[in-house]
Amino acid sequence: MKVALFIPCYIDQFYPNVGIATLQLLEKLGCDVSFPLQQTCCGQPMANSGFASMSKGCDLNFMKNFSGFNYIVAPSGSCVLHVKEHLHSDKHPDEAFLLRNTIYELTEFLTDVLKVENINASFPYKVGWHNSCHGQRGLNLSSMTEKMLPEFSKPEQLLKMVKGIELRKPKRNDECCGFGGTFCVSEEAVSVKMGKDRIKEHEDNDVDYITGGDTSCLMHLEGILRRKGSKVKTIHIAEILNSVL
Amino acid sequence: MAVKHADLAEKFIADEPRTNWHDETLWFVREKRDKAAHGLPEWEQLREWGSQIKNNTLSNLSNYLKEFEEKATANGIKVHWASDAQEHNEIVHKIIQKHGIQKIVKSKSMLTEECQLNEFLQHRGIEVVDTDLGERIVQFRKEPPSHIVLPAIHLKKEDVSATFHEHLQTEKGNNDPQYLTEAARQHLRNKFVESQLAITGVNFAIAETGGFVVCTNEGNADMGAHTAPVHIACMGFEKLIPKAAHLSVFLRLLARSATGQPITTYSSHFNKPRSNQEMHLVIVDNGRSKQLGREDFRNSLKCIRCAACFNTCPVYRRSGGHSYHTAVAGPIGSILNPNLDMKANADLPFASTLCGSCTNVCPVKINIHEQLWKWRQVIVAEGYVATSKKISMLGMSFVFSSPKIYRLMGKTARGIMHVFPFIINNKLNTWYKQREMPEAPKDSFRDWYLKNRKN
Repeated sequence: MKVALFIPCYIDQFYPNVGIATLQLLEKLGCDVSFPLQQTCCGQPMANSGFASMSKGCDLNFMKNFSGFNYIVAPSGSCVLHVKEHLHSDKHPDEAFLLRNTIYELTEFLTDVLKVENINASFPYKVGWHNSCHGQRGLNLSSMTEKMLPEFSKPEQLLKMVKGIELRKPKRNDECCGFGGTFCVSEEAVSVKMGKDRIKEHEDNDVDYITGGDTSCLMHLEGILRRKGSKVKTIHIAEILNSVL
Repeated sequence: MAVKHADLAEKFIADEPRTNWHDETLWFVREKRDKAAHGLPEWEQLREWGSQIKNNTLSNLSNYLKEFEEKATANGIKVHWASDAQEHNEIVHKIIQKHGIQKIVKSKSMLTEECQLNEFLQHRGIEVVDTDLGERIVQFRKEPPSHIVLPAIHLKKEDVSATFHEHLQTEKGNNDPQYLTEAARQHLRNKFVESQLAITGVNFAIAETGGFVVCTNEGNADMGAHTAPVHIACMGFEKLIPKAAHLSVFLRLLARSATGQPITTYSSHFNKPRSNQEMHLVIVDNGRSKQLGREDFRNSLKCIRCAACFNTCPVYRRSGGHSYHTAVAGPIGSILNPNLDMKANADLPFASTLCGSCTNVCPVKINIHEQLWKWRQVIVAEGYVATSKKISMLGMSFVFSSPKIYRLMGKTARGIMHVFPFIINNKLNTWYKQREMPEAPKDSFRDWYLKNRKN
């Protein structure tokens, strides 16, 4: 299966290990993965700040890089949601429509397209799962506590296949961590308070790691954890699914 | 912009134990809502019906309003139309003047907060007593409500005790909720007995019958309306529903969404005045027509003011209602208020992480978080954002549009973070104030890929 790998800008620059784990995982699962070399950013930082008009360059570049693939996969719910909802082209509207519908967040690609039932991974630690809002409420990766519908979780379904892992749920299972893009600096006080509160619930559960499908949430939580000298670490779900002891 | 959400929120959060208490109190209400909603297997269906009935109402509003006015007038209710807050206040004032009234009680009306009726009448020497406990507490303190259903939720019992000690001469330091409530009850009983006019809000106005319904827990709307010889009910025009049968959808959704109760203690139906009573109804536009004309935002008028979006909002719970500096706070306020004054409220659509929880709890399925996103675009297009922000966005746009420049900038930034971390890790960097920066790796993912896969 031919897959194009989209590694969002901040993962490319600051968390290359998340990209490497995603690539290796997809390869292990039999995908023929390409990484288009001229990719940059999905344009979300501008659009979510009210400057969608300034994300045209990103849209254009994204389309240049990712046209012609059957599947586009990215280890970030937030960036995938942005492309799905907002990728736009005046010149090639049909092509943009096609790309909006061929992009997948990593975990949904594994459960829904590859239909993975076994993963040869081992991670013998206590782990707290963090639902990212854009993955959960935006891409419907799991059920939501607000809605009175049957429970499910695509990422947890995958994590349960990992040997030795002990999943521990925080009390408020789908509360936002407070990252929120530029919100994390424009509303710094609220953002950090939200992050601290998320962390407290995971610390109360005595976890070794907080994991999630969005590196942006994890970067924010990691920043707070490191500042307070916590022993809890953050790790992207791709790194857990790709880990073999 | 005089005040900004971010600054007011920072002040609120400075008292962290109180912020925790505020967050936990409102989360408790959210959980009560979840339990109540779980009790109904048809919950999601009810939401869909609620949404569709309101969509139908908004699409046929002029007809329903005409029908409602005809029926209400035939019932003996005097119907008034107010195009804005000023006209609303003047209509109420005229009725008061006509009767030479001095003593007024009020219950359950966020609309009169929106129109600032109390201040308007105060300037004309007329005092209005808010009779709902929370409203009365904030009225004593000369504060606006911080929540549309729980107006004094930002206050603890110690605060209420101090306020009552000052205004009702209760014992200093007696924080017993029952004692304090009893003191308020005795104080308000007299106000009801003396009152000559009662003002109430409206939860639902029914086109088919010309009657209206007021939902309360304390029963003060009834006490006022049943005692005073004159009753004025005030409503925004979006309170309309087509048929009485539709109440079976909305009454079930409203109380469960608001407080987790199966139904409010009182759902009072007002159809016509008693003999010798005068009943007025003021129907207010105040920007609603304009909102109805905004395609992306019109369905915000479906709102039934349950405040479920407040209670679930992780930002609201930690920033307090006053940080929204408007009568209606929270996520719904952030999509309603830019319509009333875009410049003064340009900060509000940005006071959100766009987590989407508000949209999920909304009993009438308003796509609140999508509208927050759309308001951001409108506010930027109309020029109500700081130039510094615009410049930084232009910069980002430029960098991300060009792969080569993006890679150069990324490499440079990572290099600086390695060699000269103090350039990044200082107090000019808002991120760094309470968070460490990510550790910069030497190679980007692309660098690794070129070394490990391309050869």
